[in-house]
Amino acid sequence: MTLWLIIRRSLRQHALSTLVSVGSIALAAGLMMCVWMVKTQAHAVFTATNTGFDAVLGARGSKLQLVLNAIFHLEASPGNLSAADYEAIKRHPAVRTAIPIAVGDNLRGYRIVGTVPEFFAVEYVPGKSFAVQPGGRLFTDGEREAVVGSFAARRLGLKPGDTFQPYHGLNFDPKALHEEVYTVTGILAPTNTPADRVLWIPLSGVQTMSGHDPRAATDVSAVLIQLRAPAAGFMLDMMYNRQGNRLTLAFPVGTIIAELFNKIAWFDRVLALVAGLVALVATGSVLASSYGSLSARRRDLAILRALGARRRTVFSAVLGEAAVIGGLGAVAGYAVYFVLYAGVAEVIRAQTGVVLPVAVWHPVLALAPLGMVGLCLLGGLIPAVQAYRLPVADTLAPTS
Amino acid sequence: MLEITGLKKSFRRPDGGAVEVVHVEQFNLAAGAPAALRGESGSGKTTLLNLVAGIVPADSGTVRIDGVEMTALPEAGRDRLRAEKIGYIFQTFNLLQGHTVLENVLLGMGFGPRGADRARAQQLLERVGLGHRLDHFPRQLSTGQQQRVAVARALAHRPALVLADEPTGNLDRRHAAEALALIREVCREHGAALLLVSHDEAVLAEFGQVEDFAALNRAAREGGA
Repeated sequence: MTLWLIIRRSLRQHALSTLVSVGSIALAAGLMMCVWMVKTQAHAVFTATNTGFDAVLGARGSKLQLVLNAIFHLEASPGNLSAADYEAIKRHPAVRTAIPIAVGDNLRGYRIVGTVPEFFAVEYVPGKSFAVQPGGRLFTDGEREAVVGSFAARRLGLKPGDTFQPYHGLNFDPKALHEEVYTVTGILAPTNTPADRVLWIPLSGVQTMSGHDPRAATDVSAVLIQLRAPAAGFMLDMMYNRQGNRLTLAFPVGTIIAELFNKIAWFDRVLALVAGLVALVATGSVLASSYGSLSARRRDLAILRALGARRRTVFSAVLGEAAVIGGLGAVAGYAVYFVLYAGVAEVIRAQTGVVLPVAVWHPVLALAPLGMVGLCLLGGLIPAVQAYRLPVADTLAPTS
Repeated sequence: MLEITGLKKSFRRPDGGAVEVVHVEQFNLAAGAPAALRGESGSGKTTLLNLVAGIVPADSGTVRIDGVEMTALPEAGRDRLRAEKIGYIFQTFNLLQGHTVLENVLLGMGFGPRGADRARAQQLLERVGLGHRLDHFPRQLSTGQQQRVAVARALAHRPALVLADEPTGNLDRRHAAEALALIREVCREHGAALLLVSHDEAVLAEFGQVEDFAALNRAAREGGA
């Protein structure tokens, strides 16, 4: 009780430096947790996001570009496939489902993707198929109708019965307005996948949109593939990627996204370095705060010693202050973490449609705050040793 | 209660030599008795009190308090004995400015074997007339009131011996007389022996047992202190 009283009063007596130290610890702990969690969760979620498909077939080019274009609805398409290529893969005995998609238009920056109604029957994660929110329905193949992903619908303010005209290209250009008018027939229930950011129309709609090349009216941008058995993917890989030279098969989807993360691993390291530097600065702040506090409290500590406090008591009081600063900073660090993580998750969701889970546990959520408390204790050690060695009689002068 | 025998303390000078500050051959104080030492500033009185309190270690000699030989104890033992048996009233009061009046008294008890006792602290503060100032900070009190807090703090843990180092040095004549009366009364009520050092003749006149520190301290006689 006595020790706690000494610590509590000292922290209050130096409230400003205490607050600054707690704030810097909170920032460091929150930043470290955020960097680590975004890194691990983004890796986990992105590599698991395949919208229910095992592979993607597209024009010859980068596998990563193909996956980003067909699954994540980012990047440009590497080119088109002919209808014959689509029919060939569809009939292949190793293929269970082959869903064609066509891209090339947008509505105010949100992609319009042409596909077939069978797309919506695919389980985008095991046990979950696309569903239309109450009051809507799927589009009718061949009609100028659209089903809108939940995120895009919210951002664009669309609801069943609304109409829109597509814009040509993947990027929004107000001058590139198509003449066709589409009617929204339904809004998809949220899936937390990139499909939430897309406006889905019949395949033929994109293929025959006014202004598109009539020679490509039967082409598709990519084919999303479900295999009968995963091993068949290696056979198709051999067939398209090694023996053939016109098309590219991206398989498995998760591995290709993992390669993307490997390519940007240096960025993770930079972020981790920044978080580490912030942690060091925060520790320095605690050291400076404890040191400053000690200078101002030398007399108080000497008085406590004169009242019977042992060396280890004043040592514990100074170290305890650092620990309390670390503890408060760690707790506040969770608030910083949640705010930062939620912000980053929202940006990722807005850009990709992928949702990073917020309520997820990882050991770093304990290790980072505990590590900061440990660093604070380290920062408080030198002032604590000085308090331990304080000469009582000299500090209590004057003498008579 | 307090027995001092052959107590010596020297300090090192900047030039490397040693200067003897305290050399007291014999001094006794009975349990519950008040005594005063007369001495000028710089005569080594505070050093003697610090030796008795175990704040600084003696070079040689013994200090026995309530049967326990303070000088034979290691530092932690001296701290424990001080926390248990000694109350110290400083010339400058040495109140903890960041703590309230009540907390100052609680901290006076906190390091002893009985620990902090809020009820007793409140009772003592009421006894010295500060029952209405428990949550005030020292800077919010007059000098006389601060002195009373120091008295309450020194007696809070029921010490057997109270050391008072020029306790009225910072007070005017009227407040000094009141403070001295209070210290003596409260010590008497608690059965604590009182060893007071002062150069103020008006203060010393209140004591039956007054010794001249210059005569007691051989170091002073020999020009050390």
